[in-house]
Amino acid sequence: MKAAEFKYERPGSLAEAFALLEDGDLDATPLAGGQSLVPMMNFRLAQPGMLVDLSALDEIKGISGDGGGLRIGAMTRYVDLAASALVAERAPLMAMALPHIAHAAIRNRGTIGGSVALADPAAEMPALLLALDAEITVQSSAGTKTHAAADFFLGMYETALQSGELVTAITVPAPAPDRRFAFYELARRHGDYAMAGVAVAASGAPGGVCSDYRVAFFSVSDRALRATAAEAALDGKVPMDGAEAAIAALGEIPFAGDLNAATATKQHLSGVVLKRALERV
Amino acid sequence: MSGPQTIFDKPNTYIGKSVPRADAVRLTQGRGKYVDDIQLPRMLHAAFVRSPVAHGRIVSINVSEAKAVPGVTAVFTGADFVGQVEPYVGVLSHLAGLRSAPQMPLAVDVARWTGEPLVMVVASSRAIAEDAAALVEIDIEELDPATDMERALDADAPVIHAEFGSNLAWERLVEAGNPDAAFARDDVTVVERRFRFGRHTGVTLETRASVVEYDPSERMLTYWYSGQAPHMMQFILAKHLGLPEENVRVVSQDVGGSFGIKIHTYGDDIATAAAAKILGRPVKFVADRLESFLTDIHARDHVVDGRIAVTADGKIAALAFDDVTGIGPYSMYPRTSAIEANQVLNLTGAPYLIEHYRARARVVFQNKNMMCQYRAVGHPIAMAVADGLLEDAANEIGMDVVEIRRRNLVRDDAYPTVSATGMKFDDLSHHKSLDRLVEMMDYDARRAEHARLRKEGIHRGIGLVSMVEVTNPSPMFYGIGGAPIASQDGTTIRLEAGGAIHVSSSVTEQGQGTNAILAQIAAGVFGVPLDRVKVTTGDTRSTPYGGGTWASRGAGIGGEATLQAAHALKQQVLEVAATILQSTPDKFDIVDGHVVDADGGPPRMSLSDLARTVYYRGNELPSDLSPELVATRHYRVSDFPFVFTNGAMAAEVELDPETGFVKVLNFWAVEDCGRVINPQLVDGQIRGGVVQGIGGAFYEECIYSEDGQLENATMADYLVPMAFEMPDIFVAHVETPTKTSVLGAKGAGEAGTGGAPAALMNAVNDALRPLGASIHQMPMTPERVLKALGTV
Ligand SMILES: Cc1cc2nc3c(=O)[nH]c(=O)nc-3n(C[C@H](O)[C@H](O)[C@H](O)COP(=O)(O)OP(=O)(O)OC[C@H]3O[C@@H](n4cnc5c(N)ncnc54)[C@H](O)[C@@H]3O)c2cc1C
Repeated sequence: MKAAEFKYERPGSLAEAFALLEDGDLDATPLAGGQSLVPMMNFRLAQPGMLVDLSALDEIKGISGDGGGLRIGAMTRYVDLAASALVAERAPLMAMALPHIAHAAIRNRGTIGGSVALADPAAEMPALLLALDAEITVQSSAGTKTHAAADFFLGMYETALQSGELVTAITVPAPAPDRRFAFYELARRHGDYAMAGVAVAASGAPGGVCSDYRVAFFSVSDRALRATAAEAALDGKVPMDGAEAAIAALGEIPFAGDLNAATATKQHLSGVVLKRALERV
Repeated sequence: MSGPQTIFDKPNTYIGKSVPRADAVRLTQGRGKYVDDIQLPRMLHAAFVRSPVAHGRIVSINVSEAKAVPGVTAVFTGADFVGQVEPYVGVLSHLAGLRSAPQMPLAVDVARWTGEPLVMVVASSRAIAEDAAALVEIDIEELDPATDMERALDADAPVIHAEFGSNLAWERLVEAGNPDAAFARDDVTVVERRFRFGRHTGVTLETRASVVEYDPSERMLTYWYSGQAPHMMQFILAKHLGLPEENVRVVSQDVGGSFGIKIHTYGDDIATAAAAKILGRPVKFVADRLESFLTDIHARDHVVDGRIAVTADGKIAALAFDDVTGIGPYSMYPRTSAIEANQVLNLTGAPYLIEHYRARARVVFQNKNMMCQYRAVGHPIAMAVADGLLEDAANEIGMDVVEIRRRNLVRDDAYPTVSATGMKFDDLSHHKSLDRLVEMMDYDARRAEHARLRKEGIHRGIGLVSMVEVTNPSPMFYGIGGAPIASQDGTTIRLEAGGAIHVSSSVTEQGQGTNAILAQIAAGVFGVPLDRVKVTTGDTRSTPYGGGTWASRGAGIGGEATLQAAHALKQQVLEVAATILQSTPDKFDIVDGHVVDADGGPPRMSLSDLARTVYYRGNELPSDLSPELVATRHYRVSDFPFVFTNGAMAAEVELDPETGFVKVLNFWAVEDCGRVINPQLVDGQIRGGVVQGIGGAFYEECIYSEDGQLENATMADYLVPMAFEMPDIFVAHVETPTKTSVLGAKGAGEAGTGGAPAALMNAVNDALRPLGASIHQMPMTPERVLKALGTV
């Protein structure tokens, strides 16, 4: 299919972008990497009146140190995250997960902001941000707001983003020196959206007891979500020692099946990926 | 004089050599010319409104808003083509009892599958056509769909064609010996399994595409087509658009894969031709990926209840099965949708000596997209049923799966033979191929390694298949049943003035390298360097008449015609040379573009000198010599209905019992396709086929909802194996040339697709067996494996 007719603008500043996005008559939609939006347009599932291409907005691109943490502009592409020494050092969880996000060609264009704004329940990035206690900065002409990742992802393709707002940055706090991470997903084919996946963070010495667990699943429910009962079951334990109790606590998750896995299969596989991630913490 | 029999020993033959194909550089540089590359003056573009429901009565269609969109030239409904297009019915007389209903390019009053074309919009661009298509208002009264083929014959199932009284399209029973008595023997072990094969499709890189131009001044229709049977399409377009056959020209340039998808009659293609004829302007239709999934033929939707009886010493005492397959609401025109079930009946157990056999197939209508012939028609089902039952039986009686094959495979020196189902076999090498396979994969060592690894919790499995493949079909395949499908093919070879040769053949190239092997044969047999050969295929106006390339017939049939034509041209040239050089033809040979003395020595005359003498300076020749320097030969297989090939394959997999994931570690294929013309191209065919087999075994499935919606009609959701999912594939050959031709080549195009699923399923079951589980449903998805294990 061919996309329905649309107008196209490539503003040079955020202010210009907001002017376009907030003009209700234009029916404008932001375009980031286009790796989700353009396919939807080609199926005519999305028919925006105007695309506002964010690719010239240098002010929302790039990775910088923020204290001991990270500030990542929304228009930073996966390929740049994967190449960044700063990301590898301060958010190693992201470095672990990036090779699993789609394929190289898609990572060349896809952006962190696009993934966050889209909130695909099967996407890795929202779960990573939950496990990293990241914050999401959104902006409109009215000003800037900051959401904790935990308050941002509300449902399938549903977020706290209001119309006219843009995601402008993701901030990741400095990890504690003994913070450790693990990531595990099961995808039918390499590069596919996962059947189930999990990102884990915890503090403690290697092989020893850990605390302050984060267990964030993706592709098992209508959104990325933290399994707080599992986190509690793990607290104060060596990861693998707590695995069984954590898996038993997964019943709290409102599992939702898809074409590749019915609800019961999602639940089973969630236990498997959690165990395998805990082995790697 | 060198006769055709000795060509294989000639120093300048290209047969058996992996020379690079002439089009490789062009295609990889993106200079291929596909249908969508064609731009004609005043060309229009088509888009279709398709049925949103699996079964529904069309109450009304309102096209007025669509027609009003600027840029729209015409909007056609099914009714508009009544009288313009003669309806078509997909039946053949040799498939006795097969029935199907007449079809029109656009549904006229009842839509019978989701995606069936209902309305065609023709506009100045595809985007405008789609804009307008969105404005077509169709009121459809939904009817109960019959989607589940296993319930389509139930008394209370909605009947899709009321005139037939049931959804049964065709039924056939084959019986040999006394299977009941054999199953009842008290010294046999009986194994019963239910096999399920998922519906899948061909997924060609270049989707189906048509550009059609009609010139009313000459009543001449030209159809640029991405396909594999130009002359068949010429007949179909002429017949159903009411034109003389000679007024239809069909041209296939480069084709981006076909796999059998593109040899059928599709409503949207016929509508494109009809619109071009009515409007007197060229019309282009290129299926997008969604349309491809919804309407390209599907294949393999079968449920088979199979039974095997084996004696304690591993002999097959009897084999029986019952196959039900759902083909969609019509039998596809003109090849019909009964061929796949027919192949399953004919081929199951074909490698083995089986005296007592019973097989029944029922082919049923259902409200899903149509099924028809896709690469390795019926083979994956036949091989998986027979070899799945055989390996399970071997395990029941505690016998090794190689050993049980050795005890049942037809002996290599027993040919010709006739199978329980009446298939005639000759020149096969099941034992030699199996021996080669066992050696190549280091079978015993690998088994021992698996036993050791199992103790460490690593679950690996090995599965095998011994198979036959139908290739080089004779007129008994289609022609006998009244189909407009040639079983013979022809090649014309002409000596050019510059000393090069031009080959034109009725077999087609759809990416597999047909043109390359024709060039190799012609160059070698005639005696010119390979780069002095140009090849034309895929044009009904300039090639001899023939069937095209399908059923693995390009090399075996087109290749033989080429060999014979090259030999005939060579005789002509030698006659001219003998006259000029004042000797006799048997004193000369052609080597490297030159006439040479038959017993060696320096060149006596270049071919260009010879050709220029004939073409430019005929006055130098005796007046009674009028050389043609062009030869045409046609070839068909006459003594056998098909020329079968055989092969033995094995898969090694590793199972993750916690996740149900299976990784294919290695795959081995030993194939006997007779004379190998280009090893690299044959190996490419085998490997590509194996990968499609991996697709069928683990990934590919058209998933329909109960109400007949295709739920995974995108490349993101319909999973084809990609580079990461491909194991190392080791290929070896046993060469038993067929005696039906001088060339001796059988087909090689479908073996991998036909055999791999059986080997893979057996390998998974080998890995599952110690865990007390088994699986007989494809694709073997992680979820199905987990279900087999009782985990979910
Ligand atoms: C074949 C394939 C496989 C894929 N596999 C995966 C996978 O395994 N895992 C995965 O996570 N993703 C996968 N993706 C999706 C890919 O990662 C997308 O790039 C990503 O989801 C969206 O990023 P984008 O920059 O392309 O956004 P776009 O497609 O440009 O935009 C997505 C949506 O977000 C909105 N948007 C974009 N940026 C902003 C912003 N700054 N503020 C507000 N709204 C914004 C757009 O308006 C649009 O609605 C796959 C995609 C493809 C085509």
